[in-house]
Amino acid sequence: MSTEGGTKKISTPLSDEVIKGLSAGDRVLITGVVYTARDAAHKRMFEILERGEDMPFDFFGQIVYYAGPSPARPGAAIGSIGPTTSGRMDAYSPALIKIGLKAMIGKGLRNEDVKRAIVSHCGVYMAAIGGAGALISRSVKRARVIAFPELGAEAIRMLDVEDFPAIVAIDSSGRDIYDMAGTD
Amino acid sequence: MREIDAGLLSSAIAGLCVDANYNIAPDIEEAFKRARDTEAGELARRVLDDLLENAAIAAEGLLPLCQDTGMAVVFVEIGQDVHVSGSLKDAINDGVRRGYEYGFLRKSVVADPIDRVNTGDNTPAIIYCDVVPGDSLLVTVAPKGFGSENMSAMSMLKPSEGIEGVKKFVIETVRKAGPNPCPPIVIGVGVGGTADYASLSAKKALLRSVGSANPSAFWDKVERDLLGRINALGIGPAGLGGHTTALAVFISPYPTHIAGLPVAVNIGCHSTRHRSIRL
Repeated sequence: MSTEGGTKKISTPLSDEVIKGLSAGDRVLITGVVYTARDAAHKRMFEILERGEDMPFDFFGQIVYYAGPSPARPGAAIGSIGPTTSGRMDAYSPALIKIGLKAMIGKGLRNEDVKRAIVSHCGVYMAAIGGAGALISRSVKRARVIAFPELGAEAIRMLDVEDFPAIVAIDSSGRDIYDMAGTD
Repeated sequence: MREIDAGLLSSAIAGLCVDANYNIAPDIEEAFKRARDTEAGELARRVLDDLLENAAIAAEGLLPLCQDTGMAVVFVEIGQDVHVSGSLKDAINDGVRRGYEYGFLRKSVVADPIDRVNTGDNTPAIIYCDVVPGDSLLVTVAPKGFGSENMSAMSMLKPSEGIEGVKKFVIETVRKAGPNPCPPIVIGVGVGGTADYASLSAKKALLRSVGSANPSAFWDKVERDLLGRINALGIGPAGLGGHTTALAVFISPYPTHIAGLPVAVNIGCHSTRHRSIRL
């Protein structure tokens, strides 16, 4: 991790040491690999987990981004790709964190179960700016569908990102920027 | 009786779908700039700068403002002296289909709310038709993302709860929504009518321009009061804290029954997209 002008630069996969160095409210730029998954993909992964089958990718140390991009134009890596509301994934996230998922990127509130899982497994939840999908797309250099292609926008994509912009929303000690925001 | 070809309507709808998704409305962009100059927090200002940059990137025409290019909500005011040759409904859905394909817009509609298989072309649209005097068609496309739509709410208040009950419900709905609907939001409120009519009024209220005054002095004052109280909640741009939680509150009142006080809140995200054309 390096710090540049108040922004922390981090690379994937994320070690516990890096995660512990992140505090709610920090601005981060992420470089490396991020996997997209939203409602339908989460439901399927959860069902795979319940059946005890192999998951479509190895979660250990990885980042899941709650996003379903707009279609890429020919020659472009990706379309618009901002975050979707994270709360809809709350039912599934603790189980994924338990098998090694380290970080999540989305927007909006998480429930207490997710917060507890983050704290007990040294995880982190980051927020990307909702509705800034065109801007965020510039940090995506390559994208390929790695699971559930039939889900279209909701398929799991492996993204190669450079300086993907996010803000630490819930840090590994459980501090939540949204709790801090509503109290001024 | 004036004839309007369904094909012309379809092409107009396709164009509006693309335009609304790629180009931020001038009133919204101005409101971002004003908020940028008045926000105290560094993070809040940064978010607003990012939203302005996002709009500039989208306007170059290669990417929609947001990946959630919405479910297409279409309002048609049909002049009673107009005849549309062909099927009006088919023409609208055909336009949505073409616009979403041509514009590389995301197809976000599932055929059944429970088994949830994507229709693949973003149809059907949500269509509201109204017959008005005249010989023209006023067509509005308002692509609605569901980050904000999911935070909408309605309640059948008791008449005794009055204006304070209405205000309390609006503020509580916004407070509960918090960061989820992509603030700074636009808030549409329908008051009166029936349960369904209040919900439709709330959605339609989102079509007003940011900065426009309510034609009623009473409701204009209520809008200003609510905007002030909502911006004091501290939710801020992207929900990360600040004084710009909402850009506008728009209230649409309607006569109602002696026994009821329906109130509906429809939340629009910071882009609150809509485009109109008169044919």
